[in-house]
Amino acid sequence: MKILVCISHVPDTTSKINFTDSDTKFDTNGVQFVINPNDEFGLTRAMWFKEKQGASVVVVNVGGAETEPTLRKALAIGADSAIRVNTEATDGYAVAKQLAAVVKDGGYDLVIAGRESIDYNGGMVPGMLAAMIDANFVANCISLDIDGTTAKAIREIDGGKETVNTALPLVIGGQKGLVEESDLRIPNMRGIMMARKKPLTVVEPVGVSAETKATSFEKPAPRGAVKLVDADNIDELINLLHNEAKVI
Amino acid sequence: MSVLVYTESEKGKFKKAALEVVSYAKAIATQLGTTVTAIAINAEHSESLGNYGATKVLSIKDDTLNTFNAKKYASVIAQAAKNEDAKVVVVSASADSKYLAPLLAVGLEAGYVSNVVAAPSSVSPFTVKRSAFTNKAFANTEITTDVKIVGLSNNSFGLVETEGTATVEDFSATLPESGVSVVSVDKATDKVTIADAETVVSAGRGMKGPENWGMIEELAEVLGAATACSKPVSDLGWRPHGEHVGQTGKPVASNLYIAIGISGAIQHLAGINSSKVKVVINTDPEAPFFKAADYGVVGDAFTVVPQLIEKLKAFKAQNA
Repeated sequence: MKILVCISHVPDTTSKINFTDSDTKFDTNGVQFVINPNDEFGLTRAMWFKEKQGASVVVVNVGGAETEPTLRKALAIGADSAIRVNTEATDGYAVAKQLAAVVKDGGYDLVIAGRESIDYNGGMVPGMLAAMIDANFVANCISLDIDGTTAKAIREIDGGKETVNTALPLVIGGQKGLVEESDLRIPNMRGIMMARKKPLTVVEPVGVSAETKATSFEKPAPRGAVKLVDADNIDELINLLHNEAKVI
Repeated sequence: MSVLVYTESEKGKFKKAALEVVSYAKAIATQLGTTVTAIAINAEHSESLGNYGATKVLSIKDDTLNTFNAKKYASVIAQAAKNEDAKVVVVSASADSKYLAPLLAVGLEAGYVSNVVAAPSSVSPFTVKRSAFTNKAFANTEITTDVKIVGLSNNSFGLVETEGTATVEDFSATLPESGVSVVSVDKATDKVTIADAETVVSAGRGMKGPENWGMIEELAEVLGAATACSKPVSDLGWRPHGEHVGQTGKPVASNLYIAIGISGAIQHLAGINSSKVKVVINTDPEAPFFKAADYGVVGDAFTVVPQLIEKLKAFKAQNA
């Protein structure tokens, strides 16, 4: 089984978010980038398929050279090789188009992507990719087992979960649950050394234009100071929620 | 041409989010000088959507659509959009709508923007405000394609009732084969889901153990709220993953969010930032949550929460 794991290069979850160029660009100054957490759960599940079922695992990112350390980290965790599509990730549609070209080129059976990236939160790349390559698709995937060419997956739904049967070729939008937080792997020195020698291929993009464009960014309005209510005066809290906030 | 809106239902009854997306679609239609057509799948009383601004409802009744299937549903909506020559299609932020929207976008060759929080600031160019960076920021985003799909964040626009009537037309569609089939659905039917909830009661490690969640559930019941939890609590297995809210969990956009024994890590605060009113109950006055909350109680959950339950019950009885 050939697995492609899509890796987004995103600001660490603790990052302060700021913008530059008159609020038109994300300010990367002082920001540490990591593998998108949703992708990391998927990558870790892919490692399980590699170790238990002999799958090969390729990681891919659409982005500039600055994203290569993130791909190297994925190699250090255990992926066999990496592909970087050398173009800016402009919108979800354009990224899905680039990934579709990579999938067609490489003949992958399973594509594992995160349900969304934690920076732009579009949540559309896995589904669009599946539609473009005419593969089966499971969103918000929290469990995946493969047997030959058939697959059993669990999808998180509002208020519960749904178990589905499907088949390869398959694209999933994965998240926590595919593996647990405690299953995530921190690259060890051997992995880091080996990652340096693993192939990282840079491919040129296919011609595609974005369908959407973020024209400017803004931050939420600063909020007023918290109103403290004495723990012995819960009546006052109820009064405020009813008469001032009008939420009960 | 009209604005098409997909109105989700469960067991035939429209979800609250469906009424919100119709209200929202009406606002866009007014900006564009056109009308709203809804597409409803196996829903009853479709004419009721007229109360929120729909002029027409395409109603499809098909037993093979009783179980949600993203590919089939996306195909039905795409056929409805073509039928109506819709230039804008509106969907909600439910798990199912977010599942089908990217498929619909490819099918209609439409640009899709998710997590939209307000009516378009301009319809030419078509520009909407969406949340990004997990609620730490907003992105004003332009859609440049002829057909546009807008995914509206829950509880961001609200319900707007109007004096209107909708005509209901039977609709039929050709369904594609789908390689995904549902084996089983495991869902608590009596509980409010985080996505639909107007109020969310959320608790963290301050509760000391899963055995103490009785009071959280009771408080949620009194408020008609959904229950949620912090990441450490879900990682410890005290509560199911589905309750984890935050950057790698679920986003919450409720009207009222009550955080009990949650310190307020930046990832958690990001996930709940779209909630309108936030209340924190925590023993530690230095907990970061106090900087993000509207109302705070410095106190022990084990004494504050039972009091809150008792007083809310009295309040509800009085205001019933």
